[in-house]
Amino acid sequence: MIEAQLSRSVARWCEGATGVTGAAKLSGGASQETWRFDIVHPDGPIGAILRRSPKGYGAAPTRAAGLGAEAQLMQLAYEAGVPSPRVMHVLTAVDDLGTGFIMQRVEGETIARKILRDDEFAAVRPHLARQIGGVLAGLHRLPLDKQPELRRMTAAKEIGEFERDYRSLNWPKPVFELALRWLRDNDPGPSAEETLVHGDFRNGNLIIGADGVRAVLDWELAHLGDPMEDLGWVCVNSWRFGEIDKPVGGFGSREELFAGYEAAGRKVDPARVKFWEVMGTLRWGIMCGGMMQRFREGPDHSMERAMIGRRASETEIDLLRLLAPRGS
Amino acid sequence: MQDEPTPVELTKSVADFLRSDITPLISGHQAFKLRVAINILDLVTRQLTQEQGSDSEEVERLRALLGIDGSVTDLNRTLADRIARGELNLATPGLAEHLWATTMDKLAVDQPNYASYKRELSRDG
Repeated sequence: MIEAQLSRSVARWCEGATGVTGAAKLSGGASQETWRFDIVHPDGPIGAILRRSPKGYGAAPTRAAGLGAEAQLMQLAYEAGVPSPRVMHVLTAVDDLGTGFIMQRVEGETIARKILRDDEFAAVRPHLARQIGGVLAGLHRLPLDKQPELRRMTAAKEIGEFERDYRSLNWPKPVFELALRWLRDNDPGPSAEETLVHGDFRNGNLIIGADGVRAVLDWELAHLGDPMEDLGWVCVNSWRFGEIDKPVGGFGSREELFAGYEAAGRKVDPARVKFWEVMGTLRWGIMCGGMMQRFREGPDHSMERAMIGRRASETEIDLLRLLAPRGS
Repeated sequence: MQDEPTPVELTKSVADFLRSDITPLISGHQAFKLRVAINILDLVTRQLTQEQGSDSEEVERLRALLGIDGSVTDLNRTLADRIARGELNLATPGLAEHLWATTMDKLAVDQPNYASYKRELSRDG
């Protein structure tokens, strides 16, 4: 079914294409799906990815930038040399595929545990923290005048949203209260410099190959704000997947990340990075609570979602390790 | 008084059955879901075993910290409110120790293999 629509679509914008094969859904919720497929072409098959909201699911959730914005940002990143898939086509009504876009498929691994443990990545792992610094510097330098309209975030606004989300769960968590107080007391204020912030830049949203970072994915939480937010989020312990002494995604040290960022000509504010790491840890904890709520209230009554609710305590121990560390 | 086997024994028997008899039979996404199911039963078993002891210790610490009595849920709500109002903070004697002890007891049930937990546990040992 979807192959027929994709075949008609590619014939319109990919010269020489005669159809598609191997369409398979990689992931999908009610409102957003990711498919892989190959474009049949006389020069050989072209690997492609479809990201779309099926028809009837046009409206993006409030925090998400939307698929149109995501496509624009990825293309902008690609053109600026930030590792990103090339956007091949933005869906229009005539495609009859909903809203979204089709991009070139980048081969590589996204599963964090494999990247951290498999031999294939052993040689590149020690270089990834520094490389990620360079990638983030490039991302934060993307020209603002060419970007889609994005929401503006500050720490104070974000803390307010956390507090509202947390209180709506009616789930008294003394450690979260402590973290909220700490964040209010230590808010460094709006950043002097406002840049594009990816918003979910972490191990798990990067395609990694034996040569390093090949693509940055999942731009849907992109916004304008403090660039240090991305550096803090990539260090959140939940994205180290057990390699807790290597803060940058389980790959390496903050110093390596900062060195890569500064070598690419941008400045790091380590105190702000630490602040955003605390923010990020609480953010994931509250998201775990949201999963519990969605499980309980029914839209997704899966075991997986239920169990993510029980991962909030991981963020509590990580918050305590950040805010009230016990003697070393 | 209810009859035996106890809930812990019953839950464990289901988890063991799924682990030894069913796991070898299935693959792919269903195998992933089966692992999640077994993890849930293991978590429930740990909670049934540990909750009573850890809750009563938690209540004792909370009474001392707050100077009032109540259920573990009520006392936690009060503690959360007082931290939110700034009446209690990390300088308050006993607060950090209480939060650490409570959090360690939660991780012992929720995620005993979480690396941060194992690191902190080795500190206690």
